[in-house]
Amino acid sequence: MGSLQLQSVRKSFGPVDVLKGIDLDVEDGEFVIFVGPSGCGKSTLLRIIAGLEDTTSGSIRIDGAEVSAVPPARRGIAMVFQSYALYPHLTVKDNMGLGLKQAGTAKAVIEERVRKASAMLSLEKYLDRRPAELSGGQRQRVAIGRAIVREPKLFLFDEPLSNLDAALRVHMRLEIARLHRELKATMIYVTHDQVEAMTLADKIVVLDGGVIQQVGSPMELYNRPANLFVAGFIGSPAMNFVEAARLGDGGAKTLGIRPEHIALSRESGEWEGKVIHVEHLGADTIVYLESDRVGLLTVRLFGEHHYAPGDTVHATPAAGQVHRFGADGRAIH
Amino acid sequence: MSKARTSLSRTTVVHLALIAYTLISVFPVFLTLINSVKSRNAIFRNPMQLPTAETFDLVGYTTVLGQGDFATYFQNSLIVTVVAIALVLLFGAMAAFALSEYRFRGNTLMGLYLALGIMIPIRLGTVAILQGMVATGLVNTLTALVLVYTAQGIPLAVFILSEFMKTVSDDLKNAGRIDGLSEYAIFFRLVLPLVRPAMATVAVFTMIPIWNDLWFPLILAPSEATKTVTLGAQIFIGQFVTNWNAVLAALSLAIFPVLVLYLLFSRQLIRGITSGAVK
Ligand SMILES: Nc1ncnc2c1ncn2[C@@H]1O[C@H](COP(=O)(O)OP(=O)(O)OP(=O)(O)O)[C@@H](O)[C@H]1O
Ligand SMILES: [Mg+2]
Repeated sequence: MGSLQLQSVRKSFGPVDVLKGIDLDVEDGEFVIFVGPSGCGKSTLLRIIAGLEDTTSGSIRIDGAEVSAVPPARRGIAMVFQSYALYPHLTVKDNMGLGLKQAGTAKAVIEERVRKASAMLSLEKYLDRRPAELSGGQRQRVAIGRAIVREPKLFLFDEPLSNLDAALRVHMRLEIARLHRELKATMIYVTHDQVEAMTLADKIVVLDGGVIQQVGSPMELYNRPANLFVAGFIGSPAMNFVEAARLGDGGAKTLGIRPEHIALSRESGEWEGKVIHVEHLGADTIVYLESDRVGLLTVRLFGEHHYAPGDTVHATPAAGQVHRFGADGRAIH
Repeated sequence: MSKARTSLSRTTVVHLALIAYTLISVFPVFLTLINSVKSRNAIFRNPMQLPTAETFDLVGYTTVLGQGDFATYFQNSLIVTVVAIALVLLFGAMAAFALSEYRFRGNTLMGLYLALGIMIPIRLGTVAILQGMVATGLVNTLTALVLVYTAQGIPLAVFILSEFMKTVSDDLKNAGRIDGLSEYAIFFRLVLPLVRPAMATVAVFTMIPIWNDLWFPLILAPSEATKTVTLGAQIFIGQFVTNWNAVLAALSLAIFPVLVLYLLFSRQLIRGITSGAVK
């Protein structure tokens, strides 16, 4: 239980086509992450799956059953929002229990499920507080608890951690990964955060302009991006792109090399260039250089390195790590 | 240090301005109250003087209360005002919710149409309203007044409330939908509590003109059984002789119910502001 199929799902707001035919299969128990630039339709797609928004055309199946005409509460889904969206006048306990109460679940069952969920999220101490009396992280845990008690087939998360500070975000990320392991539920998760996407996902869906650019495991996307957009979007710092003609590669239009796949040397190498800026991150050193042959390059070196702006260096791409893209932007393998 | 001093002088100025304004606006009320307990001669000779042992006289109040019907007038005013406010808030909020929450054809047009009522005074339609009331047999009933005041209050209510409802988070409403709340439950249980301060504002703005209105009671419901306080007080204002004691006493009495209502609403207003919504 908990699979999802989308077939040519389209959505227009008036004359604006936001989703232009989305096909997607999510298997039971998978953790799927939607990424993409702002405004590409991630939230819209999530709201369509939840039933908060109608499709313009296309079909949505949850566990094989068509749900286009089913109201949100009966789709067997639960959603966690970026803004928490807790009911301000209800206690934590009632916030979590409301959905079950509306569905007519027996009181004892509600109590039991709320108890279990709050134990899972260490919220026992706060059950009688109102949302206004909780910290941001606690509120987000309550929001997740509210989703858990419904025991949904499908969890939907819309940027649940983006209102939290960095340290708390890491903590909650681990928490969500643990929940996924314990509940074995299907989860669909929207995020802007590359690290969240790469670490949590079984499968990443890259969206741009209302179209799915590529679907794959994090490593597939990293190692074999299907097109220029995915290549530039996944990975940080972003991939270097070089016009193939400058390097005499007639078969491709653009070559892509990840910053971590370039070696630097002061003595010799393929491309000579001048260092223009250096960022020291402790574990990594990011060197920006300008080369006559290939233009601006970003290089990521592991550990500490003492390059300074103005130094002349030689860069060499790692063998077999150069991505080639044709004139249409698609990868050539 | 200098900053502290500026802010002190600034607060002093602000407070002086506020106190001056309070004095100006409370003064007429104060004058009405003190003169309502003075004898007729004292009212005319020394209108500004506080009542003294000689000038103290409750004749105004005894006249008004002795008139017998005044209890009925009060009751009528209260019924009309409270029922009209309730209807304005209920229907105004529902219309505002529909306009701000749902996308449907003619949404903007409908909003403009409702806002038109703010600009066009309802009194322009008095003749047509009277004809309508005569035709439906509602003349000389409180229902007639309630209907007219409800219509009069709704445009402003829709206008103010729809602005406020746009600020209620979509996520919250959507969370309610996923939890299986009906649209009515979302409206009554999630949205209304969050726009309570706005509701209180609307209630106050709606209440005062209704309570003070003389026009429609005079035209639509002048019968003895349906008179409101403002209309009832008119019997003391004659063409040749005015019983000032009674008029002032009636007006003083008329302040209290509306004051109580105001206090009720403004408590809501303040509570709404201080409790704050949760993000
Ligand atoms: N109710 C609406 N009416 C009209 N256009 C809308 C509506 N909701 C969303 N859109 C448009 O649809 C597009 C996609 O919006 P959506 O919220 O799905 O983006 P997103 O990918 O979630 O972006 P972000 O990462 O910034 O949250 C946007 O261009 C937005 O302007
Ligand atoms: Mg979004």
